[in-house]
Amino acid sequence: MKELKFAPVQGSEYAAQHDALFYLITALTVFFTLLVGVMILYLLIKYRASNKNVDRSNRIHHHLGLELTWTIIPTILGLGVFFWGMLLYKDSRTSDDNASDIYVVGKQWMWHFQHPNGLRENNELHIPLGRPVKITMISQDVIHALYIPQFRVQFHTIPGRYTTVNFTPNAVGKFNLFCTMHCGAQHSEMGGYVYVMQPDEYDKWLANGGNRFTKKADTMVESGRKLFVENGCVNCHQEKDTYRAPSLKGLIGKIRRMNDGRVLVGNESYIRESILMPYNNVLEGYENVMPVYPFTEEEVTQLVEYIKSLSGVSSEQRDARAASAVGPAKRRDDVAKQNNDANITKQVEATSAEEIHSEVTSEL
Amino acid sequence: MSNVVEKKNQKDSHMEEKNYITTDYTLKSWFITKDHKRIAMLYLVTVLIFFFVGSVAAGFVRFELTSPNGQFLESETYNRMFTAHGVVMIFFFLLVAIPAVLGNFLLPLMIGARDLAFPKLNLLSYYLFLGGALFGVTALVTGGVDTGWTFYTPLSSMYSNSQVVLTLTGAFIAGFSSISTAVNFIVTIHKMRAPGLTWFRLPLFVWAHYATSVIILLGTPVVAITLALVAVERLLHIGVFSPEYGGDPVLFQHMFWFYSHPAVYIMILPAMGVINEVIACFSRNRIFGYKFIAASSLAIAALGFLVWGHHMFVSSESYYQAAFFSLMSFLVAIPSAIKVFNWSATLYKGMIYVTTPMAYAIGFLGLFVIGGLTGLYCSCLATDEHLTGTYFIVAHFHYVMVGGTIMAFLAGIHFWWPKMTGRLYPESWGKIGMLIIFSGFHMTFMPQFIVGFLGMPRRYHYYYFAPEFQIYHVLSTAGAGVLAIGFMIPVVYLILSLKHGAKAPQNPWNAKGLEWEKVDAVPTTHNFHEIPVVNEPAYNYSIDDEPPIEAEKTRLGVVRESN
Repeated sequence: MKELKFAPVQGSEYAAQHDALFYLITALTVFFTLLVGVMILYLLIKYRASNKNVDRSNRIHHHLGLELTWTIIPTILGLGVFFWGMLLYKDSRTSDDNASDIYVVGKQWMWHFQHPNGLRENNELHIPLGRPVKITMISQDVIHALYIPQFRVQFHTIPGRYTTVNFTPNAVGKFNLFCTMHCGAQHSEMGGYVYVMQPDEYDKWLANGGNRFTKKADTMVESGRKLFVENGCVNCHQEKDTYRAPSLKGLIGKIRRMNDGRVLVGNESYIRESILMPYNNVLEGYENVMPVYPFTEEEVTQLVEYIKSLSGVSSEQRDARAASAVGPAKRRDDVAKQNNDANITKQVEATSAEEIHSEVTSEL
Repeated sequence: MSNVVEKKNQKDSHMEEKNYITTDYTLKSWFITKDHKRIAMLYLVTVLIFFFVGSVAAGFVRFELTSPNGQFLESETYNRMFTAHGVVMIFFFLLVAIPAVLGNFLLPLMIGARDLAFPKLNLLSYYLFLGGALFGVTALVTGGVDTGWTFYTPLSSMYSNSQVVLTLTGAFIAGFSSISTAVNFIVTIHKMRAPGLTWFRLPLFVWAHYATSVIILLGTPVVAITLALVAVERLLHIGVFSPEYGGDPVLFQHMFWFYSHPAVYIMILPAMGVINEVIACFSRNRIFGYKFIAASSLAIAALGFLVWGHHMFVSSESYYQAAFFSLMSFLVAIPSAIKVFNWSATLYKGMIYVTTPMAYAIGFLGLFVIGGLTGLYCSCLATDEHLTGTYFIVAHFHYVMVGGTIMAFLAGIHFWWPKMTGRLYPESWGKIGMLIIFSGFHMTFMPQFIVGFLGMPRRYHYYYFAPEFQIYHVLSTAGAGVLAIGFMIPVVYLILSLKHGAKAPQNPWNAKGLEWEKVDAVPTTHNFHEIPVVNEPAYNYSIDDEPPIEAEKTRLGVVRESN
């Protein structure tokens, strides 16, 4: 039977932080509504025309002190809320380096999830408790938006570029998964559930091939490698740079200069664009010779994972490291240290503030 | 000849002069009129028809939502319903309701002009509006649109199988109507003020319309271009917004909201203008902080152009972009807060008469304060990430746009009804109607805040994934029923008043302002017998002013002798 709820369940660490801010704004809203409401009612009653026994002499029509008071106090309160919200939002938009990657392709009208081990799910997502998750998503047609109210996170799923959603579930349960950007006829049916499971149950679930959807034999990296070989990418993109094409080893996080002078950072979006529209970003020192490969978005995500594995930062590799690492989750520095190929930190530190900015921007 | 006799003669000759309604009864005289007052009345009838159409669509939407599995519509039809509701209400009602009806009628009267600067342009603007509206209606009856009023690409430009281009054309043409009205207002306010009517003696209604006109002039061309580009992509497959053709879907959102956020201020600033007039009149007090209110209108117009990105926090906007737009959104709230505090302070030491327009103005404050404060949730990055795209947003903007604009529209219509029609409406029914609308409004939209916080996405036909939302939808729909009854009450008594209402005296409220003091009970075609000279500040009320007309004299069917 339905029970009356006034607030959604808090399913992630972020949800509780979000709600603290939410209730603060609610307190401000209630306070100021009552302040204005009570003030108006009081004045209405006191100065009603039928009340002749009230002092109406010495009316004032302007008062700078009052104007400044009710300008400055709301401004200060507003700025306080702004800064809190801005900092909190940064947490929500920054992914943990140990996060498990999950790739999503949104299409009219379903969500298609791929786990790094190759397991696929439609409109359902199973994840273990306590492990940070980074969802990388892209749309195959119109704009969708992935929304999990119990985690308080939402972001648009856009055709033509990757966007992300980050969360760390901290409650076991079944949570809603909605599309919140109107996407056509069956928009309201483009939803499902997120299942957060105890880690041991999750492992069992994984071992049994997941749910009723078919388990793909290959991991995403394996599928990606197959595509890479079958389509002949490997002919040009070899272990070392050739005159035709650069090596893809260590690409992730690398600052790269294009032959038109632009500086880009090797990340998921960069890889995707280089596969689907290679003529857009030609690396400095190379010719525009790569043909267009019309992969599906799903195949592209597999290639992305494979190319990430060449930098040692595919989900599988990071999961393996996380499993071998002792203690709590490692942040960016630790991961990078273990990873000789990528040298991410060093390179990012070496670049100018502007380039770091462009990196952060493109990540966000 | 003595002075007295001369005045009497003058008065008699005026009595014989016909007012703007009685001057010519033919339909033709209405449809080719260049009189700003008649054009305002044409607009009034037109926008009320659209308000009715939009409300019917809303009724279908609300009824469908009483069950998690819908009631009887297909999802395709449901999507067309909420789109029709949005498009009609925004483009063909809210954007024009106050400026084109009350603004058109009152601006020349308030500044002592015989008409707007360009009467023919004014008539053209009405026909542009009507033309745009006809395209909109054609789109509606030939299948409707299912993209939502925001026309997000590439759904609108590539995927939607509905009358997108027709609707866009309608909005495009209606945009030019707005632009020509704005030009007319700006020139009129600059060039045609009566002698002595300096900028700081202008009624704040005029200031609000000035700020609105500036926004319209700067913003509308951008949306016109944007909508045209969508049509170009849809018809000619020239890639602008669709990634399949090398376009950028987020570009559309930037261009669209660059206009459509300021458009919110096009809807609310004139409403604020109305509230100034009504509160000052029925408090018998000068508006507190006149210059702050005037300046805050301009501040809203300026800052309003720097906040469009807050519609796109979760739409691939970078963290730094989002932080900038969030900051600007907090700042744009301040001028509105200043206005609310100043209106409240105007009541202090006032001689307050709670007539129907005043009741609506107070209702406006009640709803607008909640609407404004809930805007904090939406401008704050972290909370917006959760709430955007849900019913929380729906509730928020209905509090501002319906709570704000429609309450003020009703306040204005009641306040100036005697001037517009020469008739009084029944005061008692007026207040009953206001109370029902006010409570119906809260019943409709308060539950939507809760269900939005719970995570109910907007534009959902079904919500069987989360059937626990049903109770809030049922409450909301019940509230919409009350709201509908509330809206019918003024429609009925105002129409009845045209025939059975008591004849209005020249200044039933004993209000200040040229339109009350220097114009006949019903204005003549040229408004003023002689151009007035202004030598006092706006709202020069005092506690010794005569009270407004007694409620008993406003009942329907009471025959009053005209004075």
